[in-house]
Amino acid sequence: MAEATRWGMVVDLDRCTGCQACVAACYAENNLPLNTEEMVVEDRAHNWIRIERYWEGEYPDIKARFLPVLCQHCANAPCEPVCPVYATYHNSEGLNVQVYNRCVGTRYCINNCPYHARFFNWWETPLPDPMPHYLNPDVTVRSKGITEKCTFCVQRIRRATRNAANEGGRQVADNEIQPACAQACPTNTIIFGNLANPNSTVSKLAKNERHYRLLEELGTEPGVIYLKKVDPHAKSTPERH
Amino acid sequence: MQDRKVLTETQINSELLWFVFNKPTRFWVALTISGLLFLSGVTAFAIMVIFGLGVTGLTTIVPWAFMITNFVFWVGISHAGVMISAILRLTQAEWRRPVTRAAEVLTVFALATAAIFPLIHMGRTWRAYWVFPVDFARGIWPSVRSPLIWDPSAIFTYLTGSALFVYVALIPDLAIARDRTTGFSHKFYSALSLGWRGTPAQWRMQVLAGILLSGLILPVFVSVHSIVSWDFGMSLVPNWHATIFAPYFVIGAVHSGVSGVVTVMAGLRIFMKLENYITQDHFDALGRLLTVVATAWLYFFLLEIVYGFLTLETAETAVRELQILHYPYNIMFALIFINSYLIPVPLWLFKRVRRNIWLMFVTTIMVNVGMWLERFIIIVPGLLYRAPLTFVWGDYTPSVIEVTLVVASFGLVSFGFLLFSKVFPIIPIADQKEGQAIQEDIKIGRITVPAVIRE
Repeated sequence: MAEATRWGMVVDLDRCTGCQACVAACYAENNLPLNTEEMVVEDRAHNWIRIERYWEGEYPDIKARFLPVLCQHCANAPCEPVCPVYATYHNSEGLNVQVYNRCVGTRYCINNCPYHARFFNWWETPLPDPMPHYLNPDVTVRSKGITEKCTFCVQRIRRATRNAANEGGRQVADNEIQPACAQACPTNTIIFGNLANPNSTVSKLAKNERHYRLLEELGTEPGVIYLKKVDPHAKSTPERH
Repeated sequence: MQDRKVLTETQINSELLWFVFNKPTRFWVALTISGLLFLSGVTAFAIMVIFGLGVTGLTTIVPWAFMITNFVFWVGISHAGVMISAILRLTQAEWRRPVTRAAEVLTVFALATAAIFPLIHMGRTWRAYWVFPVDFARGIWPSVRSPLIWDPSAIFTYLTGSALFVYVALIPDLAIARDRTTGFSHKFYSALSLGWRGTPAQWRMQVLAGILLSGLILPVFVSVHSIVSWDFGMSLVPNWHATIFAPYFVIGAVHSGVSGVVTVMAGLRIFMKLENYITQDHFDALGRLLTVVATAWLYFFLLEIVYGFLTLETAETAVRELQILHYPYNIMFALIFINSYLIPVPLWLFKRVRRNIWLMFVTTIMVNVGMWLERFIIIVPGLLYRAPLTFVWGDYTPSVIEVTLVVASFGLVSFGFLLFSKVFPIIPIADQKEGQAIQEDIKIGRITVPAVIRE
């Protein structure tokens, strides 16, 4: 790829309605195991993307705030140096890659992720009928004992770059790649693109004055940029729990 | 100066080899119990492999808990051997002689048990060898940036070193056993004793090897628990990423290790009837050593808490809050302090307590209960503190599998220890005789003087 690439995402919280379409799309795209009630109660659910809902204010003046949290694809990722077998590493496109076949399941990366965006396969992925018939053939079904997380739908990135290369080696166009969550989002909250290209939509949005990154004080340099909710009545600082 | 019973060499040989050449019922009972405990652990591990780690109580929020706590605990216990043997050997503390081998053997088995835990705790234990640079076919080397690579290196270095340490000291005793056996046992001891004849040249080599190994193992002794502490120190988890962890873990290891040796010594004395060898003097001396070590540990324990508050970070403060104020961690926190310091140390200040075998047995077990909880309270609250992202607030309860594995680890260590003491003399015979020879009075002209004055 000729162009310098740093895949990134902008999440405009002003547009998010908390509808969870991104969560559902992610399940279907990435062959996630069914999150049963039991798994959720046990804190073992696989949510590559989750909508965190916060209540702000006191009744009756109460507001719901939604925060979609997924792997932040940190430039300075805490999960990477602790892996003894290079199962997670940084690739040249700014992706924080998880190689399932290399993973031995030490779970140190899960400890070390401040966003809690990594999930462990505690059991063999249950695939009750008819699930095996609608698995995405582009994505591995993870076996028990390994760690998994959001890949920014790397299979779609690969397909797009392959198509571009086949069509006379052209550049991948801006907005040509959409992860499942971005595609499913009815309000265009999630925008995906190349942060290294100053003319891309994400780059322009990332310069918005509302931008911030999650737990920025940790110095992880996330590749996911959030745009603050526009709220004329909001308190100057959101309440922290 | 301590008084010792003067025993004849024949008596030493026969008493210390009695356990090797006889098969008392109590030995088989103890071996069966510890063996069954170990087997329960094997079963638990098999269940983990077959069904997946879901059978544990671990969650996405707390992916490390009981098994890692137990790993750190046993690495801590393994610091006993070197502390007793190498350091006391280099400082020429004569009273060490009868207890060295028990301490070293405890080191080897505790460390081997500790090394099992990170392996069975992995999601794919059968791929554990990928952590070592052996799998050339894949073309991927282990990532040397990861503390999980430093960790096996340190532990296997220490394991090799301490196994050699035990073996070198064992050679003369193996020769004694060889000379008193026939048949298969004779062949076994002959092979292991490497043609030991007790010539001056052989003794010179053996002593030199012992001193060299003592010196060489000391840096490993300090580094191994430092590196174990970096498993936590190198992370981004609040309360884990503390720079004080290396010395704090080492001193904690010495505290629990020396306590472990006292427990084992008391057990041996009672179980194998070794009153002539493991005397009250030993408990007295180790009790004094423990008082110092425990106080140093307490200093680091408090310092670590104070440093946590000094950072003024919300996350750090939140972890301390969880550790000190919230059930069940507050109970554990209190138990650590009470068990590992508040009750034992004031007791150890009294000579009558230090010379009471049962009291030493009980207090040192208390110390290790506290030290186990200390590791737990370092590891778990750091993971489940009330993080800024409230959707990841969780809790942790160990499952039956994890509890079984922890209990089984005690079974494994005692199983190994018992087997060792069945096959080899657990009190170093040659060393014991040497100690006695040093102490004997010799006549020079008309006056009688001690042969060598140390201590």
